[in-house]
Amino acid sequence: MSLSVRHILSVNDLTKKDCALILKTAQNMEEISERSVKKVPILRGKTILLCFFEPSTRTRTSFEIAAKRLSADAVNISSVGSSLSKGETLLDTAKNLEAMNPDILVVRHAQSGIPHLLAQAVDCPVINAGDGMHEHPTQALLDLMTILKVKKRIAGLHIAIIGDILHSRVALSNIILLKKMGAKVSLAGPASMIPLGIEQFGVPIFYDIRKVIPSADVIMMLRIQREREADSFFPSLREYSRFFGLNKETMKHAKKDVVILHPGPVNRGVEIAPEIADGEHSLILDQVTNGVAVRMALLYLLCGAKK
Amino acid sequence: MAEQKLLMTEAQMDKAIHAMAEKVIEDGLSEAVLVGIKTRGVPLAHWLARRLAQITRKTPKVGELDINLYRDDLSEVAEQPIIHKTDIPFSVDNSGIILVDDVLYTGRTIRAALDALIDFGRPKFVRLAVLVDRGWRELPIQAEYVGLTIKTKIDEVVKVMLEECDGKNEVLLKEHFSKRT
Repeated sequence: MSLSVRHILSVNDLTKKDCALILKTAQNMEEISERSVKKVPILRGKTILLCFFEPSTRTRTSFEIAAKRLSADAVNISSVGSSLSKGETLLDTAKNLEAMNPDILVVRHAQSGIPHLLAQAVDCPVINAGDGMHEHPTQALLDLMTILKVKKRIAGLHIAIIGDILHSRVALSNIILLKKMGAKVSLAGPASMIPLGIEQFGVPIFYDIRKVIPSADVIMMLRIQREREADSFFPSLREYSRFFGLNKETMKHAKKDVVILHPGPVNRGVEIAPEIADGEHSLILDQVTNGVAVRMALLYLLCGAKK
Repeated sequence: MAEQKLLMTEAQMDKAIHAMAEKVIEDGLSEAVLVGIKTRGVPLAHWLARRLAQITRKTPKVGELDINLYRDDLSEVAEQPIIHKTDIPFSVDNSGIILVDDVLYTGRTIRAALDALIDFGRPKFVRLAVLVDRGWRELPIQAEYVGLTIKTKIDEVVKVMLEECDGKNEVLLKEHFSKRT
């Protein structure tokens, strides 16, 4: 069995079979992270370049740990202090990186489509670790794994994605992937943060989160992306929190077995109240743990990909 | 369809496993834990555990090991092998361990299994039990407990069928490589 794709650029490219293989491999690799010696030799001698041209803690660390647990050598490149800041074009940088014979390129960039561009320019598999406001496929896969582990199924679940849909690549990847796997997905948030045309994905849109919470099996809260000047899309953080934040009051209407996801980093007290983020329904830290397993699975599966 | 020959019936398999259990007790290893190598080493390890329990009235613990993360031929196989779950529900440190597999051939699987086990801790000792030793070793590895030793041609296949995986218990010798699993 192998993946039908050579790169992980968009969840659109993944078949249901691919997702099943990725999740099965990830679940069987979880055990490695629980050992006292957290390392297996499978990717010994492989070089994985982590090119994060946009700040990241969780995702970069997650990829680095995943690579190291499989004995690959992970090398970090960031835009600050790299030749990009000296005027080299991105494609030249990519060609130079490729000349060092990496086995996988992991790319995050503030501009949508950069991982796709690089995948055409270089010879090795490319993983999109988040491109602009477009996609974040590995996040959607780890969310899928997190939901599946608790709910035991995806098909038929109602998943509510709430908040800043407009700037969120996590939202787009999740909408496509969850719909593909048979879930019902609803969106909710302020009208200014619902992108035009999003309804063509077959997702109902709500401007009042109280309408979507009672029937949700999974609530996925999104971060207000203040680095993308998201707070100019509503009058004040306080008002946002009052109308679109998840707190004790809104949770009163939720199902007893609802689970809450958040891709992090959390703006405590803005989109989610601290007692909910740390509460019994929250799977926020499980998402982080599962993220390492999903990325281990992807690195393993892509290292065997034929040209 | 390649020709095939019956090497062991279910009764012969059971007899061989019973004999292995007796030898394990004779060697004073009744406290050892068993680790089955996936896929077919696992049901065999449980089989051996049941026979040991008949003699000692105590079922030894059984772990499951997937050696795919420790293979040495990844650059040679066409597709990445599917990773299965490893489950060692006891401490390897200071335990006496009997590794169990269906067929001993080149010895490379056992090499990988030893590396995997040692990542879990420092066992007191490791012994090897196999149902069939078919020769053609490429590494200096020998089994302590063997159900059946046979001479084979290099392109023959020894197929151990187990109820849990294949619906019945028997051992076959097939003439040519069909698709390697």
